[in-house]
Amino acid sequence: MLHQFWVDLLQDLPRFTETLVKMPGADKETDLSERIESFLSELKRCGSGAGSLRGSAETARETTALLRRITAQARWSNAGDLMEIIRKEGRRMTAAQPSETTVGNMVRRVLKIIREEYARSRGSTEEADQQESLHKLLTSGGSSEDNFRQHFAHLKANIIEAINELLTELEGTTDNISMQALEHIHSNEVIMTIGRSRTVEAFLKDAARKRKFHVMVAECAPFCQGHEMATSLSKEDIETTVIPDAAIFAVMSRVNKVIIGTQTVLANGGLRAVNGTHTLALAAKHHSTPLIVCAPMFKLSPQFPNEEDTFHKFVSPHEVLPFTEGEILSKVNAHCPLFDYVPPELITLFISNIGGNAPSYIYRLMSELYHPEDHEL
Amino acid sequence: KKQHKKNKKDDRGPPEKEKEKEKASVLAPSKPATQSPAHKGTASKYVPLRSDYGYKVSLFSHLHQYSRKNPPTQQISIPATVIHPSIVRLGLQYSQGIIAGSNARSVALLHAFKQVIQDYSTPPNEELSRDLVNKLSPYISFLSQCRPLSASMGNAIKYIKKEISNIPSQCKEEEAKRRLQECIDSYINEKIILASEAISKYAIEKISDGDVILVYGCSSLVNHILCEAFEKQRKFRVIVVDSRPRLEGREALRRLVKKGIRCTYVLISALSYILPEVSKVFLGAHALLANGYVMSRVGTSQIALVAKAYNVPVLVCCETYKFCERVQTDSFESNELDDPDDLIVTRNGKTHLENWQTVKSLGLLNLVYDVTPPDFVDLVITDLGMIPCTSVPVVLRVKNVDQ
Repeated sequence: MLHQFWVDLLQDLPRFTETLVKMPGADKETDLSERIESFLSELKRCGSGAGSLRGSAETARETTALLRRITAQARWSNAGDLMEIIRKEGRRMTAAQPSETTVGNMVRRVLKIIREEYARSRGSTEEADQQESLHKLLTSGGSSEDNFRQHFAHLKANIIEAINELLTELEGTTDNISMQALEHIHSNEVIMTIGRSRTVEAFLKDAARKRKFHVMVAECAPFCQGHEMATSLSKEDIETTVIPDAAIFAVMSRVNKVIIGTQTVLANGGLRAVNGTHTLALAAKHHSTPLIVCAPMFKLSPQFPNEEDTFHKFVSPHEVLPFTEGEILSKVNAHCPLFDYVPPELITLFISNIGGNAPSYIYRLMSELYHPEDHEL
Repeated sequence: KKQHKKNKKDDRGPPEKEKEKEKASVLAPSKPATQSPAHKGTASKYVPLRSDYGYKVSLFSHLHQYSRKNPPTQQISIPATVIHPSIVRLGLQYSQGIIAGSNARSVALLHAFKQVIQDYSTPPNEELSRDLVNKLSPYISFLSQCRPLSASMGNAIKYIKKEISNIPSQCKEEEAKRRLQECIDSYINEKIILASEAISKYAIEKISDGDVILVYGCSSLVNHILCEAFEKQRKFRVIVVDSRPRLEGREALRRLVKKGIRCTYVLISALSYILPEVSKVFLGAHALLANGYVMSRVGTSQIALVAKAYNVPVLVCCETYKFCERVQTDSFESNELDDPDDLIVTRNGKTHLENWQTVKSLGLLNLVYDVTPPDFVDLVITDLGMIPCTSVPVVLRVKNVDQ
């Protein structure tokens, strides 16, 4: 019997070895699509609103790393193909978690990088393609685009190098913002903040090394992330007080500055921030207290706030009215929105990794980061 | 440390009630961790001082901050010779938050005083009008140790003291007591019950069909108005805004839903989301100050601020007995600090602030009241009519002239 087994094996061997040798590149493709799928499912899972389970900085880094992998491993012969692939994957990723705008922002950054590298390879200057000024529209006549169909040998390497630079920039954002802390905080100040923002935490901790000041943290119900922020700040010996959301206006008259983080910076200079921020901004305006927003550049998004159905995100109302209130629960509506819109008139200053800016300058920064044709993925 | 004063009330008042109420049967008062300076004055000598709890934010170091876990009766030895048992019970109910809301507290206070007057008997060689007032002083300082007095309670106490001192000396004790009981009853009836009827009548004119009304927390007056309006077949729906840590809005929600009114419930951080739907805001008040500021539950000024930004009218409903002569411009000078441990919450099994006492640079602030500037308030509805916020001193002057 054993002898028969060996005979069968030797007969099947040619066919057997054939199956071991797969198509070249097919390995990489399945690996790539697996990674994309796992990234998408992670995005879908962490939208439960109990604060982000991963910060937006991590999401941005992972998105960029994934886009670099797509550039390296997918099959494309010219820039146009690559842009199509990235746009397709980008659409899927933003659809998985629409409120996580950093994903879409990174996709747009990479698309801009591709355009720039293509233009550089072609030899034309970058500014020619930059803005669509009225003059250019009138005088250009035909389309200056050539659909990115030309093939360049070193395009892939250049693009990957540029994406690496982008990744380095992403890693240094929090430090760049914290370095500016000492310019904005003087001694004996009372600073108010709301909820939990890693950027603001690093900002305040950096300032605390050389200045003494007092921080009031609004706890931001119902998730009460302010508690975590307060414990983390008080560990660095910063005088911290936790106040309930209802006391924001009551104590605002003694506050010197309001420093907040945000989820997204919108195209008009407004914010999409954690709920309760609009009240905080109005109270600060009433007392003429400056409102400073610490936001890295990857949070800047070309969206406008008027899209009603995509702006708000809700989570289970059981956070607001728990199931223990069973008798009345079926007869009332309870809402638990996650975000607030803060109009740009209420904001004094944006501090980002490239420096401080007024809200009126945001449109200009946007045109430097993203190409107008990529605003709609 | 206790000074015994000969008092016949001790035999009458059941000592068992006291024993139940006191958590620790401590004969000698326990040494408090932080000693506040002793009061001077005869009345407060008999009332033990309650010690502060926890780290106080420096801006509020002039206020007291007590813990609910250390009730004031722990420091009273058995038997409590000076304080009437119904006052002890009332003080405990205040300090534990069982009786809350300015109307409820005033009514409970007046009922307790009725009991005190009932049990009172004039000692020989003393006049009722003077002695009774002196008897009430230690009770009042005990109650303010349990929980600082509200403006409505202050006005009620002033009224009672005035009535007592107006008793003519030739009046017999029984007659005097009966008269005082009647005064208290008529005060409650006029100033609280009838006033709320009058206010409802005015307020219902302001509610039209299709309105979306926003209310904050639990104000007995505003709930009464809404229930009355619903009975008069007005079609409206209500949005109840609530805030941590007290979550009083749930009580208001229960009462309104029981009546059958359509309600929505949000927390105060979702205010900017819900305000575009709102057509009117009804707020209750704890007191109206003489410079037109409205003193109310913390968070009220925020609601008024955001409503103003969205151009939604803000109506405050307040009885005239809550008007007080004080003036205040912000929420720091005279406020109340509640137990800071109320802010602690456990989410997903984690309690971040559990050991806040051990971290020396961490403080928790649990404010009870705040003041709303008059430019945020559009109308004040009182039992005398609908007035603007700035007419409060006029009403006070008219009341003083009447009396």
